[in-house]
Amino acid sequence: MKFSIQVNEGPYTHEASVSALNFIKAALEAGHEVFRVFFYHDGVNNGTRYTSPPQDDINIANTWSQLAKDNNIDLVVCVAAAQRRGIVDEGEAERNGKDGNNIADGFRISGLGQLIEAGIESDRLVVFGD
Amino acid sequence: MSTLHTVNKSSYDRNTLETCVSLTTKGSEVILIEDGVYSAVKAGNKASLIANAMGDVNFYVLGPDLKARGLNESQLIDGIKVVGYSDFVELSVKNDKVSSWL
Amino acid sequence: MSEIKKFCYLNRTAPYGTVYAWESLEVVLIGAAFDQDCSLVFVDDGVYQLIKGQDTTDLGIKNFSPTYSALGDYDIKKIYVEKESLEARGLTLDDLQHLVWEDEDEDWAERDSIILVTKDELAKVIDEQDVVLSF
Repeated sequence: MKFSIQVNEGPYTHEASVSALNFIKAALEAGHEVFRVFFYHDGVNNGTRYTSPPQDDINIANTWSQLAKDNNIDLVVCVAAAQRRGIVDEGEAERNGKDGNNIADGFRISGLGQLIEAGIESDRLVVFGD
Repeated sequence: MSTLHTVNKSSYDRNTLETCVSLTTKGSEVILIEDGVYSAVKAGNKASLIANAMGDVNFYVLGPDLKARGLNESQLIDGIKVVGYSDFVELSVKNDKVSSWL
Repeated sequence: MSEIKKFCYLNRTAPYGTVYAWESLEVVLIGAAFDQDCSLVFVDDGVYQLIKGQDTTDLGIKNFSPTYSALGDYDIKKIYVEKESLEARGLTLDDLQHLVWEDEDEDWAERDSIILVTKDELAKVIDEQDVVLSF
């Protein structure tokens, strides 16, 4: 089956990201495809490369980047939610006059249409949030 | 259409489970994940929310979340099944869709 | 052409205390362009989102409630509101915005978009959906 996942909360404050990661790993192990992970609301905060969590705990942002790289998963951060919360890639930095960008490897910023498309194209959409 | 419902909050904190159960149809399945697992403890005074619905709805508890919280199977309502993430994935495949109660 | 799916936008939270109400509405507006069969569901504190007369001036934040009245223009015709959630909160349909859509098959006659449902009726509605988006 083709899965898409929606993550509504940022790393650490809510368990949502960890639940989503564990679900995705299990889905991949079972031979399913993960089409897209769409990050909405505070979920966009999963997409910053500037976190430095303690060494003895999971590095959530890096885990996402590695998972996406190893399994060719499309990680999409919602542009509107990202603009509100300051998750920026090069294009957004230029468009909005910001002096830098912070998007993590493997993530891209795009519109809400990507979430709807994920719902249309996938067999199952699973939402993790608060 | 069969639905797998997910509930991630304790019934002692939010009314999520109560609402979810009131909106399930016969044959639905509910998996308790994250803080939702606390609702499955039989000694709790909200255990009846699940016990009363078990005739029509199948209930599951995500094992890793249970274990993380220091709870074990013997504390749970009779008839509730403890499952792992691979079973969670299977349940989402077996049902026609997943409805997350947030 | 791929088959049209039934999309359900599930709302359980009040407006302003958290962002979910507004950001879920933004998804609905974008989603309308994809020509799927959309339903909005308001249950528990979600029913508060539709109360008329919201005024955020003294808070200094955006009042997004006028957006609900535009939903008809986006072809959103099915806005399910749970009766038990309204009653528990001492509300009636009169407390809510009057939301309508225009029926082009009936000379653009205005039709009510809000469909008041009991929990049993709503359970069946949710069961029929293909995709549930929660916020």
